[in-house]
Amino acid sequence: MSDAARNGPREVRFRGGGFAPKARRGVGAAVFVVLILLVEWGTRAGVISALTLPRPSDVLATFVELWQSGLLFTHLGLSLSRLAVGAALGAGTGIAVGFAIGLFSYVRAGLVPLVAALFPIPKIALLPLFVIWFGIDEVSKYALIAFGTFTPTVVATYGAVDNVDRSLIRMGQSFGLSWLSITRKIVLPGAMPGILSGLRISLAIAIILLVAAEMLGAQYGIGAYILEAGSLYDLERLFAGVVILSLLGVLTSAAISWLERRLLRWRV
Amino acid sequence: MDIRLDGISHAYGDTEVLRDISLDVASGQIVCLVGPSGCGKSTLLRLVGGLERPGVGRVLQMGVPPEGCLNPLTFVFQDFALLPWRSVAGNVSLVLEDHGLTGARGEAIIADVLARTRLSDFAAALPRQLSGGMKQRVAIARALAVRPAVMLMDEPLSALDAQTRDLLMDDLIGLWARQPFTAVYVTHNLAEAVRLGHRIVVLSRRPGAIREVVEIDRPITERSPGDADLADIQRHLWSLMRDEARAADAELVHV
Repeated sequence: MSDAARNGPREVRFRGGGFAPKARRGVGAAVFVVLILLVEWGTRAGVISALTLPRPSDVLATFVELWQSGLLFTHLGLSLSRLAVGAALGAGTGIAVGFAIGLFSYVRAGLVPLVAALFPIPKIALLPLFVIWFGIDEVSKYALIAFGTFTPTVVATYGAVDNVDRSLIRMGQSFGLSWLSITRKIVLPGAMPGILSGLRISLAIAIILLVAAEMLGAQYGIGAYILEAGSLYDLERLFAGVVILSLLGVLTSAAISWLERRLLRWRV
Repeated sequence: MDIRLDGISHAYGDTEVLRDISLDVASGQIVCLVGPSGCGKSTLLRLVGGLERPGVGRVLQMGVPPEGCLNPLTFVFQDFALLPWRSVAGNVSLVLEDHGLTGARGEAIIADVLARTRLSDFAAALPRQLSGGMKQRVAIARALAVRPAVMLMDEPLSALDAQTRDLLMDDLIGLWARQPFTAVYVTHNLAEAVRLGHRIVVLSRRPGAIREVVEIDRPITERSPGDADLADIQRHLWSLMRDEARAADAELVHV
């Protein structure tokens, strides 16, 4: 480089930007399509043996068959009701207990260690216990899902309550608002973002536990369907079931996003 | 209603923050508290408003609050303390709902205070859509809604830029001129103190004690930023505080 070029005016190099994720439409779908096409091509070309992965078109065919036989709705209906009842029980009590921990020192001192002790227990390991407590029918399945969603919801909720801006609470007190008003109008909405992001995780855990719950004594249900297919090494049906679970996960996540958009419109 | 501070001392653990403060705030007066940073002036305000308990001494309300007063001691905070999930009108409504003032009666009060703070057009806006000055006007509207006997203003203009601060100071003077209110006004800005204060209480650095009380006789509606006598008072206040402010600045924080 000559001296003139070095000393002459140069444009300032742009070095800002980035670190701000933007919505990119269709990219997520494209990743799915490319992966599925790759597997389809691999299984047809013989690069992937039929024992390793089923052909996506066969999985689709199995799915359509399941749909047409009407069995899909039997499975799905039962699974969804188990998921709804269990998750509602677990998340509901979890939010209530989380609030109590966030608001009352004695409850916090008493329950935080207990929740910490319960959290790491693999709930699946307790399945035999639940069967003895609640019987082999639906109630034990509800209980398992409820128990699994309860602990993460509690932790997320009391964390969210702790994070509510104290200056807003002091403001409420300085205007003489009642305890109930402060809790309902300041703490609850202030904790809502944290509660919803906790719910996102709790519901994913609920879907995982749904399959575990249907391992025992369930004739119908997505979990039962997958386990039956697995024990017969029927990969097409196994994958059809797994795809349904994935879709369920995407749907609950979308539902939470919808809730967030509605309830948290005030956020930037 | 007057406020009397009777021999107030306060400490956080081993750190003494206030020492033997006695002060009267007369009805219709604005009393400014100034002092170097960390002298406990905000703490004193929280003690007056009942958000903290004094270690020694008492805060007394002398006489009964006027008719229709919902919250005799009402704060205006430095950080506005608006609920981000409520609209401007909703934030004002918040402090009325507990008094059963909902529906038409509540709306009438909200409309009145928003008109007085020139916010009528923004009743439905969310706090994040407002500028700092407007947010503080919402907070002032909210304070006016409960018809306070004494306004406790904790550096209400400190989070704003200089231009907005001047405009809002004019607004405050206008509000006072129309309907004189009693206020304890904490600030570290001496120009604000000499514009708004009937009495200016200078606190020493920690532990905060009253060093001097300066009275300004000229009515606050007749003061303007360039006044020579006000500038003299401001210089006098600064001379009282300068060395202490420097020493306070060099101090390590132990709180």
